[in-house]
Amino acid sequence: MKVLNKKLIRDLWKLRGQVLAVALVIGSGVATLVMSLSTIEALEDTTEAYYQRYRFGEIFAFATRAPLRLTNQIAQINGVQTVQTRISSYANIDIQGFDQPAIAQLMSIPEKGQPLLNQLVLRKGGWVSPGRDDQVILNEPFAEAHQLDIGDTVSVIMNGHKKHFYVVGIALSPEFIYAIGPGALMPDDSLFGVMWMSYEVLAAAYDLQESFNYLSLTLTRNTLPADVLNQVDVLLEPYGGVSAIKREDQISNWFVKNEIEQQKSMATILPAIFITVAVFLTNMVLSRLIATERTEIGLLKAFGYGNFQIAWHYIKMMLVIGIIGVTIGSVIGAYFGRLNTEMYAELFRFPLLIYRPSPYAFIIGGLVSIIAAILGALTAVRSAVKLPPAEAMIPPSPGIYKRTFLSSLGLARLLDQPTRIALRQISRRPLRSFLTSAGIAMATGLIIMTLQWDDSLSHLKRVYFFDSQRQHITVGVVDPLPLRAIYDFEKLPGVLTAEPIYAVNADFSFGSKTHRGGITGMQPDSTLQVIYDDGRKQSIEVPDSGIVIASRLARKLNIKIGDVMGVDVLEGRRPELLIPVVGIFDSYIGLPTYMNLDTLNRALNESPSFKYANLLIDPLYQDELYAAFKNMPKVSTVMLKQSALDSFDEHLVEHLMVFISMFTGLAVVLVFGVTYNSTRVALSERGRELATLRVLGFTKGEISYVLLGEVMFLILLGLPLGCLFGGILVWSMAQSFDTEMYRIPLVIEASTYGYAIVWVVIAAILSAALVRRRVNKLDLIRVLKTRE
Amino acid sequence: MNKVPQSELQPGIQPALAAYNLTKIYHSGEVEVQALRGVNFELYPKELVVLLGASGSGKSTLLNILGGLDLPTSGQILYNQQDLSKASEYELTRFRREHVGFVFQFYNLIPSLTAYENVALVTEISPHPIAPEAALELVKLGDRMHHFPAQLSGGEQQRVAIARAIAKQPDILLCDEPTGALDKQTGILVLEAIENINQQLGTTTAIITHNTVVASMADRVVNISDGQIAGIRNNAVRVMAKELEW
Ligand SMILES: Nc1ncnc2c1ncn2[C@@H]1O[C@H](COP(=O)(O)OP(=O)(O)O)[C@@H](O)[C@H]1O
Ligand SMILES: [Mg+2]
Repeated sequence: MKVLNKKLIRDLWKLRGQVLAVALVIGSGVATLVMSLSTIEALEDTTEAYYQRYRFGEIFAFATRAPLRLTNQIAQINGVQTVQTRISSYANIDIQGFDQPAIAQLMSIPEKGQPLLNQLVLRKGGWVSPGRDDQVILNEPFAEAHQLDIGDTVSVIMNGHKKHFYVVGIALSPEFIYAIGPGALMPDDSLFGVMWMSYEVLAAAYDLQESFNYLSLTLTRNTLPADVLNQVDVLLEPYGGVSAIKREDQISNWFVKNEIEQQKSMATILPAIFITVAVFLTNMVLSRLIATERTEIGLLKAFGYGNFQIAWHYIKMMLVIGIIGVTIGSVIGAYFGRLNTEMYAELFRFPLLIYRPSPYAFIIGGLVSIIAAILGALTAVRSAVKLPPAEAMIPPSPGIYKRTFLSSLGLARLLDQPTRIALRQISRRPLRSFLTSAGIAMATGLIIMTLQWDDSLSHLKRVYFFDSQRQHITVGVVDPLPLRAIYDFEKLPGVLTAEPIYAVNADFSFGSKTHRGGITGMQPDSTLQVIYDDGRKQSIEVPDSGIVIASRLARKLNIKIGDVMGVDVLEGRRPELLIPVVGIFDSYIGLPTYMNLDTLNRALNESPSFKYANLLIDPLYQDELYAAFKNMPKVSTVMLKQSALDSFDEHLVEHLMVFISMFTGLAVVLVFGVTYNSTRVALSERGRELATLRVLGFTKGEISYVLLGEVMFLILLGLPLGCLFGGILVWSMAQSFDTEMYRIPLVIEASTYGYAIVWVVIAAILSAALVRRRVNKLDLIRVLKTRE
Repeated sequence: MNKVPQSELQPGIQPALAAYNLTKIYHSGEVEVQALRGVNFELYPKELVVLLGASGSGKSTLLNILGGLDLPTSGQILYNQQDLSKASEYELTRFRREHVGFVFQFYNLIPSLTAYENVALVTEISPHPIAPEAALELVKLGDRMHHFPAQLSGGEQQRVAIARAIAKQPDILLCDEPTGALDKQTGILVLEAIENINQQLGTTTAIITHNTVVASMADRVVNISDGQIAGIRNNAVRVMAKELEW
């Protein structure tokens, strides 16, 4: 082996602590990228495989009652491959020992076996038996939430009649990956379930013999859904069809895809920030490392080693470090990626999981980091190589220390010698000191950014669930009720206040832009639900006429106050309206719009009526109230704020928290890498000086202070900078995290800064302790004898 | 060349390495230090020259420039008719690699390499080296070949450095205060090693020292003072290194 390579290996071994620290910095950048990219890949592959294997429909359409013979006509539409017609309905269900009002979406299945489309993944038990009208297959999350097993019974209130069913099977479906109740924000497995029962049972119960009300179909290759949608609409129109939707708008799929989208923005933004910071830190650390090699570079030159040979030597060093880093990062990233994917798989209950990260993620992560490390090393190597050899060998020049303003203030007299040495070291190398502080600041910023997610979500939760909605329960009714019926709700046991809400789905348009959304109608004196402006942090008035819309919707449609918006209502008589926009407000979740209840009713040409009632209740009477609901056939859904809150916590917060912990962990590793290297390099640069001080009679503690004090001051400087940088990162995250589903509020709690600082300090103390051990082992004779 | 005072040069002999009208100005911050003020100097084949002078007189500067480690501010350095002051970086590297051996006051061994490997570091890139073992034998360190610098005494380290310098069979051996960091006895061992090389291999050698006693082992003694050559004398007889007394 070449002697230079031996030197390389021994040097790497001697510097193993630093090598590892730099490798960890590089690795944490790579890990974030690999984790995110592989998670996305796995999620996309898995959903795709799931959809294909269980023949998830590509178009869905509701009707009130369409004859089965229409199926053939629909199948004739150009581009349609397979048509599945079925009956679907929401129903209240009664489960022994469960007081809260749960509802289920009933879905018809053929008695003889799997439907053509949207097939079930039978997890337990079997299929419904032909001829039996009392058998049901439950979706797994619901069954688990209620500990229902094969043979147990559930009661379903169908069309006003209570019927008992035996559970014969437990299943999953690609249609209900995200099983979300009507009007709910998050899935709640105990309050909303899916029940598959034979077509005959549902047809009999809902008087839909020879008919269907829910259609699903798949398309032939290369068919655009839009072409088919219209024709389906036309065919269903006479039978109370509500416009058909394509797979992208199917609710479960929409949520799943949104989740993947969210991962994607994370996969670009977070790793980009991480890698940028890691690259910067790598450069900083490497250039300091190479700076300590000045003498050796000079020596090699004196022997006649050429610039290229020397540069290549150090590049090899960086390559080794880079490869170690990329390897660590890939392993951690793949592990976290798998963990993250499994968590999603569990959340979504994928019956299969495809985690086969393509080399792509690793190659990108590896190349980016290694190239960055080498580029960083190059600048340092170049400046070292550029030195004339004689100069490179000049003994580490007794640096030019100047009297700074600090000493001229007379402040210096208050400081002891070690403190002075530490401070002078900083002022002598202002740029390098600044870079170290900047490195610490960046790492601190990263920690703040990851920890801050919790702040944002808590804020989001508070605004959404408390500031804008004060009701405890929202009750949905089967058909709109006349306005005076609200008093019936007020009279229910425990109800303190009841307020009517009307909601309708509609297509909004302005110019060439469109959006499918909904309008909520509220009474102007509503107190339970208000139009809360997240920007102004207060509620705004319900307008007498016109519509107020979310600012992100306004942006999407490019519409402003005073413009008239096209509103194509998707229900009832399906009027096409023109409504002036009279207000715009900020909202974090969704793209809501509000109108005055009366105005909305009139616009729809309906008598004053409501579809939902918001209730404020006395918790003491909760059980009685729930019992009352079960006997009210008019009530179709009951949404409890508390359980929505719980499921928000469970689904979003918990999952995100794991994700955040991963990132925070990596950020802490970054901090450790930076502080350890800064101290370690300082030690090798100043070993002689420190040994001299020891010889002069300074204690180990004192010289550790000289060394670590410098880093300590730099950290003190870096922390406030880091808080600032964290703020900037959070701001830019909030800017880029603006999906249709929600926007991330820009909130950073003081405690987040506190935690970030604590983490940095812990990492710093840990690295200081490691270096301190080396200081203790400083071999005085050897340091003074050899000139490294 | 016209202004060169003849007294400093020996006409008729082709020098191994020569410098004419060398000046060197260092700029450190706002201060200018004139380290060399017009030096004419010739190094003749196979001779052993001692450069004497007070600390700060410009000895190292001169040696570094002669060895191609640094470039002069003005003037010429001639090696084989080639002007090194105009040489490219690459040519300087070749010059150092193939023709010059350096020995420094602080040995400058690579701490992570053994004695043998420190020598091999140089032989690997030289066109016609002797084996590292042989070089270490020449400085009487054959038995310490596999020791790391930290396991060697100062004198031993310096002898490794000499072995390293001569293993490439340089035409010119340049030693900058090779005994500066050593006690007398060890210093003499090191000087003996250099003397051996000069006599056995015929390597042209220049030694910097501020120790006047060392001067008596030289063929010629060059006095340097304040960046100029103050005088040159030829020794009629060379005193053997081991007979030096100080
Ligand atoms: N890199 C440098 N920058 C500035 N001044 C230098 C540098 N190297 C040497 N000098 C100055 O040049 C003069 C000659 O130095 P040097 O050749 O090292 O002297 P010597 O080796 O005879 O002790 C001294 O005054 C020294 O301070
Ligand atoms: Mg000198």
